[in-house]
Amino acid sequence: MPMSREEIFARVKETLIEALGVDEDEVVGEATLTGDLGAESIDFLDVVFRLEKAFNIKVPRGELFPENILTNPKFVNGKKLTAAGLAELRKRMSHADLTGFKDNPQVDRIAELFTVDSIVRYVESKVGVG
Amino acid sequence: MRWIWIDRFVKFEPGKTAQAVKNISLSEEHLHDHFPGYPVMPAALIIEGMAQTAGILVCEANDFKEKVILAKITKAVFDGLAVPGDTLLFTANIEQINEQFAVASGEVSVSSPRSEGEKSQSRHLATIELIFSHLDQNMAGKKFPERQFVLTDIFQILLRDVLPTGGKRIGDKTNE
Repeated sequence: MPMSREEIFARVKETLIEALGVDEDEVVGEATLTGDLGAESIDFLDVVFRLEKAFNIKVPRGELFPENILTNPKFVNGKKLTAAGLAELRKRMSHADLTGFKDNPQVDRIAELFTVDSIVRYVESKVGVG
Repeated sequence: MRWIWIDRFVKFEPGKTAQAVKNISLSEEHLHDHFPGYPVMPAALIIEGMAQTAGILVCEANDFKEKVILAKITKAVFDGLAVPGDTLLFTANIEQINEQFAVASGEVSVSSPRSEGEKSQSRHLATIELIFSHLDQNMAGKKFPERQFVLTDIFQILLRDVLPTGGKRIGDKTNE
């Protein structure tokens, strides 16, 4: 059943508070998981597990948080994503906002794409917005 | 030497749930310093006991093919103390298990021996939630030795009582 955007956001927020042990007021739309909310790699798995439970959805491996992009030489040149890498990222992460990133696609800025909003958009694509 | 913080499995339902006991003894040296004059089982070691109970359960569910590593203590809430002479009962349940990781929830209860004829009462001690990572499926793509170095043969002894195979498969690669 489709949910409202607010409902989805509230439930994502709850999920992040539980998984990352952060305060309610820290979980705002533009907050980044690693930078602002202090998530480590294992926390990403925890977030996936909790989202599946909270929304009764399946989150296939690599769908919410893509893998194997940075390890592929076709997609990375030095410290930047190549055009092919950027295209791949866009294809795999339609839930991310690449506006600011695409002008300076530094590898170490990829973490900034994982925001609370990107999770909300991903969940929306799974459950449908009513 | 491996630190084993459970003494025996009393229940083992593969892929689902396991129960293990741990008898706390004053001959455990760490209790002499934790704390001097007031020995208390350290909470961190109770968490380790749960990690071993749940970790073996998770590892068995994959036929001991994966190296199961404790990756995150999601929750650990204690509402009491355990002292020498007490018996801890760890109950671990698998909440989710997939190729990358497993989530387990657990409860710890404690009972104290009474004099003959008196009934021993059990009380709740802790709620613990853990996440295990399957080491060879790590996101960074790191490679580790192929042999099973996490659950070594000492753990076989623990499983002998509750599994028909006696956890025989654990040692297969180690013994090669």
